[in-house]
Amino acid sequence: MKVSFTLNGDPITADVEPRTSLADLVRGEHRCTSVHLGCEHGVCGACTVLIDGKIARSCITLAVSLDGAMVTTLEGLADDALMARLREAFRTHHGLQCGYCTPGMLITAHDLIRRKGALAEAELRQGLAGNICRCTGYAGIVAAVAAAMDEHETTKSAASIAAE
Amino acid sequence: MKPMPFDYARAKDVPDALAALADADAGARVMAGGQSLVPMLNLRLATFPRVVDISKIAELRERSESADAVTLGACVTHGEIEDGEAPEPAAGLMRHVAAGIAYRAVRNRGTIGGSASLADASADWVTTLLALGARFIGRGPDGEREIAAPDMFLGPYFTAMTDQELLVRIVVPKTSRDATWGYYKVTRRSGEYGLSIGAVILDPAREHASVVLGAASRTPLACTAAAAALRGAPRWTEALETALRTAIAEDLARAERPFEPHEAIMVETTILRAAAQALGVS
Repeated sequence: MKVSFTLNGDPITADVEPRTSLADLVRGEHRCTSVHLGCEHGVCGACTVLIDGKIARSCITLAVSLDGAMVTTLEGLADDALMARLREAFRTHHGLQCGYCTPGMLITAHDLIRRKGALAEAELRQGLAGNICRCTGYAGIVAAVAAAMDEHETTKSAASIAAE
Repeated sequence: MKPMPFDYARAKDVPDALAALADADAGARVMAGGQSLVPMLNLRLATFPRVVDISKIAELRERSESADAVTLGACVTHGEIEDGEAPEPAAGLMRHVAAGIAYRAVRNRGTIGGSASLADASADWVTTLLALGARFIGRGPDGEREIAAPDMFLGPYFTAMTDQELLVRIVVPKTSRDATWGYYKVTRRSGEYGLSIGAVILDPAREHASVVLGAASRTPLACTAAAAALRGAPRWTEALETALRTAIAEDLARAERPFEPHEAIMVETTILRAAAQALGVS
């Protein structure tokens, strides 16, 4: 079955079986290897991508259902300023060990910061609760996201003062 | 795991979807957001020869508001309700409930109609929509019919809708402006299905109170004795708590199964905490 959508800005057309997940299509055929498959039933969050700008789990999204959609994987956010800040913070604060959950964590954290701005630690943890990490014990991840969030908020307020 | 192969049809409107469902032998299954169906297919807990995708039907994405009710198309997502992109009928209860369903990545695609149609006994909307007295509008080969919440949920994964019908919209009556609510969910891990859910709505202007216990038995349990104890109660007192405990025991005796002692404590606590929250005790 034919389906067309944009992947990281490039229009693609694929001929797939209806049962093909978005994750299998973009990882297997389009080499978006940031899309990690952990559980394949929507529990672990490692396969999180953006569909029309909103985070979604690509392992429980059928590729055929996305005709006309705009799909963005972590590769598509390579030049994004907030994502650069998050990557740096994950490095500084020991936000990863094996790295399997990292792309999903980064995309989820990026969405959380953009939607919610400054959050208390409990809310931040709540926002990341859908992404499972089996290495770090989460402390490093939470510290990294909190640091990126603070920097982002500072930059935003500096920018708004400059604008006035 | 990968699903068994299936055919896929994208319905462009409701008649198109109903046509796909008309042949009972074809074994077609409706998919809205797919956030429960696709995991079930992936795990091969369910196999269907044909999946009918209704997520792109414009009519099912509509939402509207009248003086006394809010109407939500079946494909309005939890995330949209959470973000206030749909009218709120109950002093913030629906936004609160939506924000606590699974995780944001699931809420962005999962729909209120899909959740009500699947009727997982532990799902938030099943409990909440019963507490709110919602009405479900199904459309089938013979036109539309309205199903009241108490008649909708018949058992786990079992509703009053037939396989040839499609849930098209949900009508939620508005509470009064000064109505209050409490919602308490017991989960081992944030975002999981509840082990026990208490939903309490107090609407003194209408002399109405409703109390529903969800997730604890095959269908949500309307706790009418607890609701009667709460009706008109101005504030949380020890006497009220004592009366509530007696009333809850009476309600639980009507449940479809007996509760183990530890479960009885859990469900009683769930209802008490929701009731206390509705009366301003946090």
